[in-house]
Amino acid sequence: MTSPTTPDPMGEDGAEISDDGIFHFRLYVAGQTPKSLAAIRNLTLLCDAHLPGRHKIEVLDLAENPELAAQDQIIAIPTLVRSLPPPLKRMIGTLSDPDKFLIGLDYSRPTS
Amino acid sequence: MTPNTTTADPLRKAASGIAGLDEITFGGLPAGRPTLIAGAAGCGKTLFALTFLVKGATAYDEPGVFMSFEERADDLIDNVSSLGYDLPGLIADKKLVIDYVRVERSEIEQSGEYDLEGLFVRLGHAIDKIGAKRVVLDTLEALFSGLGDGPVLRSELRRLFQWLKDRGVTAVITAERGPEGQLTRHGLEEYVSDCVIALDNRVDEQITTRRLRVMKYRGSAHGTNEYPFLIDKGGISVLPVTSAGLSHSISDEVVSSGVAGIDAMLGVGGFYRGSSVLLSGPSGTGKTTFGSHFVNAACLAGNRAIYFSFEESPEQIVRNMRSVGLNLDSHVTAGLLRFESSRPSLFGLEMHLVLMIRQIDQFDPAVVVIDPISAFRGSESEIHATLLRLVDYLKVKGITVVFNNLVNGDQDDRNEQSLSSLMDVWVGLHDLEANGERNRGLFVLKARGMSHSNQIREYRLGSDGVTLIEPYIGPHGVLTGSARIVQEAQEEAATLERRDEVNRRKREFTEKKSAAERQIAETREALQREEAELLALETVDERKEQILTASRSAAATRRGATA
Repeated sequence: MTSPTTPDPMGEDGAEISDDGIFHFRLYVAGQTPKSLAAIRNLTLLCDAHLPGRHKIEVLDLAENPELAAQDQIIAIPTLVRSLPPPLKRMIGTLSDPDKFLIGLDYSRPTS
Repeated sequence: MTPNTTTADPLRKAASGIAGLDEITFGGLPAGRPTLIAGAAGCGKTLFALTFLVKGATAYDEPGVFMSFEERADDLIDNVSSLGYDLPGLIADKKLVIDYVRVERSEIEQSGEYDLEGLFVRLGHAIDKIGAKRVVLDTLEALFSGLGDGPVLRSELRRLFQWLKDRGVTAVITAERGPEGQLTRHGLEEYVSDCVIALDNRVDEQITTRRLRVMKYRGSAHGTNEYPFLIDKGGISVLPVTSAGLSHSISDEVVSSGVAGIDAMLGVGGFYRGSSVLLSGPSGTGKTTFGSHFVNAACLAGNRAIYFSFEESPEQIVRNMRSVGLNLDSHVTAGLLRFESSRPSLFGLEMHLVLMIRQIDQFDPAVVVIDPISAFRGSESEIHATLLRLVDYLKVKGITVVFNNLVNGDQDDRNEQSLSSLMDVWVGLHDLEANGERNRGLFVLKARGMSHSNQIREYRLGSDGVTLIEPYIGPHGVLTGSARIVQEAQEEAATLERRDEVNRRKREFTEKKSAAERQIAETREALQREEAELLALETVDERKEQILTASRSAAATRRGATA
């Protein structure tokens, strides 16, 4: 687990926290594959640790809604999309690397 | 994994619908298998792939999915609308799906393991939606820049191609050509091993020619050469014109050259149908006029003709030929004559050949004029090879062709020598310079299969077209122009003189003869007179004798009686 004090290189001019400060995540998976399940688990853990009470997770299964793949420009599975706060950010993989998750998604300093 | 049912019949092919390509591949791309099209930027890979889908949807009832990694659907639609491809219509008819896959590295971060199941879902969904039989992936390499060239991507690609085979779709995968010696930048050919087609775009002397080569076609014969191909209003056409060989049928039919004098110089009264005629001469010798005569004669006989002009516009030729009494306009209006003008520098030599053959295929003419072949730029061997193919093609079709060739009057063009072997008839036009004037002379260098005149004939371009003038051979060869006229006058004078002499002699003789006859008559008269006198003398003499005898006997009697 990464400590909340992880330096955020994008913090100065990068992400703006949306009005309500809530992070919206959409996680695209395809069926109940090990990778999909790992991603769901990792995302939940990371959000609970770093964004407690400030996140919303939506899991979308392409096996059930295949048209979403083209609509939302998904090629890799799992794909995590952060729709809020802007800008839209994407991350692929099982999110097994917390550092990459936090840096890549412009995780901002926790409000304290 | 489901067993691949398509490999059971290795020769099943999906016609690409691209003119020429299906001939090279003897039927099309391998059905139910992926084909790799590799080429550098600007080779026409996307268009090739798209044509494959459009033709599949429109001509072969095989709907298709176009997965684009580079161009947006709107851009694709705009880019090919000029070729007459109605993509929105096909999409509305559920014959085509275009899926633009955006792969932007800057937008993708990676954390942990992933696979490309999303792409599979996408493609599978698109295929199922319209029952697609054809799939294009243009170009997969965008994935390498987006996701990084790692083992994950490689294994996923391998899975993708197997998946495509299992789905039984005929797939076309485009790939960027790699640096020196490599077919594709990321070695995609490693995964697609059934059919590989390389596209190429070479610039030679500032003229670009696109070429295509089937590098590999597992389980099938295919043409191995590099074939030029063309992208124009009519879409893509590959030119599978290899040497058609020498097995064409032969005709004894004779086609008029359009100039009575030339027909008369050739033993059979014209060119054999399907023969190739070279008309070479320096500038200003009337090559275009001869060519126009040729097409004019064909049109007057009710045949179709195409005049390929690489130096003059159709309007200009029509106008100019009006001055020599040829009304080509009426043939154009009647739909018998077609002009095709383009600058030789517009395309490479091969491309001109494609265009010409396409026109000839469409119009199906009996005769063709190409004016001039000297306008083509390229190496000698290339020109030779191109013309050889054109000649073969025309021979097979039984089309008579006149090639005009501009030559430098002073020197024998080496080019001409090599051309000669392709030609059945070679008519040379020359400037004859003598006595401060320049006249035009014509001769038949060769005419296969017929006797032909060996004379150099002077000809004139007048308001009634080309007229050959009766040959005039002086002590030092053929005389032309005013030298001929002087010689004619001199000889006429000499003839007159000779005629006078004869007449004079005749008169003399007649006089002599009548004098002799008069003499003979006089002598005969004298003789007759003499003869008559002689006869008279004889009679008088006889009478005297009788009188003498009578008087003598009377005297004797008297003497005897008294004694």
